[in-house]
Amino acid sequence: MARTSDPKRGMAGRNARLAAVCGAVFVGMVGMAYASVPLYRAFCQLTGFDGTVRKADKAPGKVLDRKVTIRFDANVRDLPWTFTPDQVSQEVKIGDTGLAFYRVTNNGKTPLTGRASYNVVPESAGLYFQKLECFCFTDQTIQPGQTVEFPVVYFIDPEFASDFETRGAQEVTLSYTFFPSTEEKTQAALGGTAGARL
Amino acid sequence: MAHAAAHDDHEAEHIPGFFTRWFFSTNHKDIGTLYILFAIMAGLVGGAMSGLIRWELYEPGIQVFKAGTWLATTGLVEASNHGYNVVVTAHALVMIFFMVMPAMIGGFGNWFVPIMIGAPDMAFPRMNNISFWLLVAAWVLLVTSMFVDGGPGKGFGGGWTLYPPLSTSGHTGPSMDLAIFSVHLAGASSILGAINFITTIFNMRAPGMTLHRMPLFVWSILVTVFLLLLSLPVLAGSITMLLTDRNFGTHFFDAAGGGDPIMFQHLFWFFGHPEVYILILPGFGMISHIVSTFSKKPVFGYLAMAYAMVAIGFVGFIVWAHHMYTVGMGVNLRAYFVAATMVIAVPTGVKIFSWIATMWGGSISFKTPMLWAMGFIFLFTVGGVTGVVLANAGIDYSLHDTYYVVAHFHYVLSLGAVFAIFAGFFYWFEKMWGVKYNEFLGALQFWIMFIGVNLVFFPQHFLGLQAMPRRIVDYPDAFSLWNKVSTVGYIITAASVGVFLVILAEAAIRRRKAEANPWGEGATTLEWTLSSPPPFHQFNEPPVIKPDDHH
Repeated sequence: MARTSDPKRGMAGRNARLAAVCGAVFVGMVGMAYASVPLYRAFCQLTGFDGTVRKADKAPGKVLDRKVTIRFDANVRDLPWTFTPDQVSQEVKIGDTGLAFYRVTNNGKTPLTGRASYNVVPESAGLYFQKLECFCFTDQTIQPGQTVEFPVVYFIDPEFASDFETRGAQEVTLSYTFFPSTEEKTQAALGGTAGARL
Repeated sequence: MAHAAAHDDHEAEHIPGFFTRWFFSTNHKDIGTLYILFAIMAGLVGGAMSGLIRWELYEPGIQVFKAGTWLATTGLVEASNHGYNVVVTAHALVMIFFMVMPAMIGGFGNWFVPIMIGAPDMAFPRMNNISFWLLVAAWVLLVTSMFVDGGPGKGFGGGWTLYPPLSTSGHTGPSMDLAIFSVHLAGASSILGAINFITTIFNMRAPGMTLHRMPLFVWSILVTVFLLLLSLPVLAGSITMLLTDRNFGTHFFDAAGGGDPIMFQHLFWFFGHPEVYILILPGFGMISHIVSTFSKKPVFGYLAMAYAMVAIGFVGFIVWAHHMYTVGMGVNLRAYFVAATMVIAVPTGVKIFSWIATMWGGSISFKTPMLWAMGFIFLFTVGGVTGVVLANAGIDYSLHDTYYVVAHFHYVLSLGAVFAIFAGFFYWFEKMWGVKYNEFLGALQFWIMFIGVNLVFFPQHFLGLQAMPRRIVDYPDAFSLWNKVSTVGYIITAASVGVFLVILAEAAIRRRKAEANPWGEGATTLEWTLSSPPPFHQFNEPPVIKPDDHH
């Protein structure tokens, strides 16, 4: 109590300092919440967590003598589009490069812009399902009545056969969903970092 | 110093007028009283909401939430399935943010933390006042949100967890925005309160009151406010992201724009799991005092009790994903969260066994607060056991979002936290109000409520094991028996709340003069050295705490 000549003032100063530290902790934790957005995305891309598919630069050198069935799925939300995979499924050897096509038709009367996102099931396969070419996360504008074919070039990483979470899997399903492009609705999206890239 | 002391003495005689005293209050005891009255009000509202839920679930089919019923004619709640979901959501938000937290932290914390550490008041008395009135503003916003358009109907019906996309594209109306603002304000209120408590406890302890001599209730509040300070900003951030997703075109949680709705669940539960400890930890502190007082023994294992709370608080931050086992995590991640969750049973077990050891060989008197405290220990242990069951990801896959989960968290929170609040309320009744309560009525309320709440929630374990999902207005005939029992239990519980109100009225009318220390030698903390009610300003000359004082 009697550490300073004026105990009341000394106390008030110490209180204010401690409160300021607490305030800094508060600001820091809010910052952490927002920092978790890029961190979470980086984490998902790095680990393929939760079925996030990764994009690769080159095919793996090794091809295993085991086949996996790849199933293809297509969905559309809030767009007058027909969106289907050209093939129901494909069998590829692990490590081998596969080529699949998706076909989309605009049944509306105006040109429309959409954007596709994707996922794989089982989620644990996200780490090993890699794509060399795809049409995801870029705006695709399609004229009325026009049909566009999109290729997907992919492979299953050979690690798939040794990871204990995925080695028993016989099938992997790749699913695409076309959403209306959000850039059309809102131009200057506040902090739209989560949507802008990936 | 002499001048200041004389000045304070003068102030002690001067109690401000009604409006200044209760609306501009900077006195920690008055603010504590306001919090407790607010919590009682919110508890009655939230309890009435659970009444609507139980009434609806009394029989299969839709009885209450449909057009043409009395509820529809009042126009308070939309008479539809959506209306049911709105009531479920509001029940949770009201009970968590406006009943348990204000009662424990704002109410008992404000009243007794400064007294127990020998301080004259909180560190920032004006901030204390702001905390309370922010909570009132938050309450107004929450209530308003129930009556404006939510999208599918009046009000927000997406559950207290506010998961997108139901809380973004699923509820397009302004109701959800108001609910977000309400949680923002309630959060700001709690954050300010937390800063106030941390400063008070660290800087304003009386000479000799070292951290390791602090009463356990003060320890529990200290751990709680640290949890608040670290977890609430994350909630504030994530609901702000919800708000911008809804109104300003961001895509934090919108898959169409590359966001991830699962990320909200991670952020929410990073707050949500510490939050459930925020709700129960102050109860742990109160129960320690009460068990010790009525066993006439110092609490067993004081340091272990204090550090068990610290451990619970710490581990509480690294187990959040056990609320979301079913989102498709890898098996290794689930294994980690199972193990981490089960670790919490260790410090919790330390506390339970220490309470039992405190009672062991003690001279126990079964006064009303002790009844509530022993009821708490029993019910909390039951809830803890089902918690360990649910911690297993494999079992949780089947029980996720069933009534088993509802039964579990009501045993630890509705029964655990609420019993702790009642225990504390009667323990400090004379100290706070300056009058005695009727011991017979107190015990009567306890026994009625103990039977009632067990009848409400124990059968819900059976319903959950039979896979009855939560948050749904209707159910198949097969579930009707235990739902009926549960609703009968609610009626009994409601009767006990009636007895509680009678206790308040009886004490207010009879006005038996309170003693400074009605509990005798077992009550050793500083609040019992003051008169009942304590003087408007206490400890102008700080008390000196000797090393051999009991905690």
